[in-house]
Amino acid sequence: MSCYRGKYADELIANAAYIGTPGKGILAADESTGTIGKRLSSINVENIESNRRALRELLFCTPGALQYLSGVILFEETLYQKTAAGKPFVDVMKEAGVLPGIKVDKGTVELAGTDNETTTQGLDGLAQRCAQYYTAGARFAKWRAVLKIGPNEPSQLAITENANGLARYAIICQENGLVPIVEPEILVDGSHDIAKCADVTERVLAACYKALNDHKVLLEGTLLKPNMVTPGSDSKKVAPEVVAEYTVRALQRTMPPAVPAVVFLSGGQSEEEATVNLNAMNQYKGKKPWTLTFSFGRALQQSTLKAWSGKEENVEKAQAAFLARCKANSEATLGIYKGGSGLSEGASESLHVKDYKY
Amino acid sequence: MSAFVGKYADELIKNAKYIATPGKGILAADESTGTIGKRLSSINVENVESNRQALRELLFTAPNAVTYLSGVILFEETLYQKTADGKPFVDVLLEANVLPGIKVDKGVVDLSGTNGETTTQGLDGLGARCAKYYEAGARFAKWRAVLKIGATEPSELSIQQNAQGLARYAIICQENGLVPIVEPEILTDGSHDIKKCAYATEMVLAAVYKALNEQHVLLEGTLLKPNMVTPGSDSPKVAPEVIAEYTVTALRRTVPAAVPGIVFLSGGQSEEQATVNLNAMNKLEGLKPWTLTFSFGRALQSSTLKTWGGKKENVAAAQAVFLARCKANSDATLGKYEGEGAGGLASESLYVKGYKY
Repeated sequence: MSCYRGKYADELIANAAYIGTPGKGILAADESTGTIGKRLSSINVENIESNRRALRELLFCTPGALQYLSGVILFEETLYQKTAAGKPFVDVMKEAGVLPGIKVDKGTVELAGTDNETTTQGLDGLAQRCAQYYTAGARFAKWRAVLKIGPNEPSQLAITENANGLARYAIICQENGLVPIVEPEILVDGSHDIAKCADVTERVLAACYKALNDHKVLLEGTLLKPNMVTPGSDSKKVAPEVVAEYTVRALQRTMPPAVPAVVFLSGGQSEEEATVNLNAMNQYKGKKPWTLTFSFGRALQQSTLKAWSGKEENVEKAQAAFLARCKANSEATLGIYKGGSGLSEGASESLHVKDYKY
Repeated sequence: MSAFVGKYADELIKNAKYIATPGKGILAADESTGTIGKRLSSINVENVESNRQALRELLFTAPNAVTYLSGVILFEETLYQKTADGKPFVDVLLEANVLPGIKVDKGVVDLSGTNGETTTQGLDGLGARCAKYYEAGARFAKWRAVLKIGATEPSELSIQQNAQGLARYAIICQENGLVPIVEPEILTDGSHDIKKCAYATEMVLAAVYKALNEQHVLLEGTLLKPNMVTPGSDSPKVAPEVIAEYTVTALRRTVPAAVPGIVFLSGGQSEEQATVNLNAMNKLEGLKPWTLTFSFGRALQSSTLKTWGGKKENVAAAQAVFLARCKANSDATLGKYEGEGAGGLASESLYVKGYKY
């Protein structure tokens, strides 16, 4: 048998293609309880369930925003939450044509004998969990592998381990009806130049696609969530057109055309930077047989969070900020973003946190 | 450093792209002395240098045929041969905007412990040979790896060895100015169905591109020469549209967009069959970020050879037949081939069981 052709094959292909619809992208709202706690504390809001729920309701019920989203990635708690009026979040999304997704990994653990490199856990009982999430309405999943650049990094061990983990996760998802988003994030930390990032990205992506092939994953029913190719955080910035060229080229050299779309992570980029880079990629002239869109967390929520600050009276203002970022990124997927319009406070603020623990 | 960017990078990219020009393709005329001997004896022609020279002159000077060719693969002897008037073949080709290519592998050897599987030799001193060929006018090279389908084949060993051999060959070519054609041929021999062939092809191509990445090969300066995805030679045939779909699907799942063109081998297909299948692929709807064209040997020369029969008086007729096949395949790269009447030389199967090149 070639790659996966089980009972969900057609659905996986249709859903993956839908997520890659030009003009739409993904809101990554899957911060774990610990991580969302950090966000909430940055705006002096207590990390309790009702606040977590309130934040997500603010986002998912922003008038006019969902039309720019093809999917939202959720943390498990959120998958089962409802609006204040009692409507399941999953139904809010479905009615707006937005596919619910679910984060399924269980965080990273260190690889012994390496210099702080990690692998990602979460394979135990993954099939049962996926089946359960599918029943709850999820239609795609996400698993974050993390690599870093250093004098000896990423090591062959880190690349192989993470690629293998991603491939196992991917086939298990497909067997249970969830489109796997394959996320091999190479952290931006470091003083390396953009060429080095390109080299590493190409090597890592080649290893990922070899592993996916070995594990018989149906590529047409997957998505890739890579880092953009950029200089390291301690290096001089380059123009968006340069980021676009290096990033598209890395993908041309490694990602088979069968994959319908690339949903970029924003890493530590500011909201505006991430959008401008995505826009440059979509303007770039060259072979791009896959959609280039977004799967942003911080880069979609940062100024919204600041505007809200946990206060009911700020909800409308916060939703306006969120709508603006959604629309901006939607335009970027079409290469028509004009830049800078209606920037809210914080939109240009770098979101880089050194050695970021998710 | 990610991909190789030596002194020839821009030229490699330009040449690879040119070879992949829609409407053009490659004539594989690189039969070794032994192999061309078999062809010549099938038309009762003696295997001497002058006859080998005469055949190649017939092909390269066929009026108007070369407009449909972007490249011709040559055997070493031919690279240094001339027309009867004394003009080097390389000059004939270059003047017609056809890039000369050179076969650089040294044939296959058995892999012990396998069931008749092989690896390809030719890496020793390859760098120096490539440099020499570049000086003689060659601008691309070809290396044929061979795999087979069986109960336990292709084995992991065979896939790894052939992929690595192709990758080493490829980077050495690029260091010396030659665009490497990467040819992982999976033989049609067998009674397997088209799905089994698709499975093997996807596995092999994934391994090949992983190896190319490891060796830092500049994909934009390479070409792929794969088999089409078909049922085994002992299995019932399927429609060209089915071959097209399975083949393009396999390529979409494994060949990165950076590769400019895919130049199919014809294997044992008849001239007509190979053209019709290529045409079906180019008519297929859907994203194909690389050109789909031909690198045919037997499927371009078979009826030409028969028409010639080694006789001077038949040259014009043979050249007309050759022109017809070139044009047919050119049309096929554009999805515009209308097909010819069935029967006749062009429909004759060229399949030879256990074919030794």
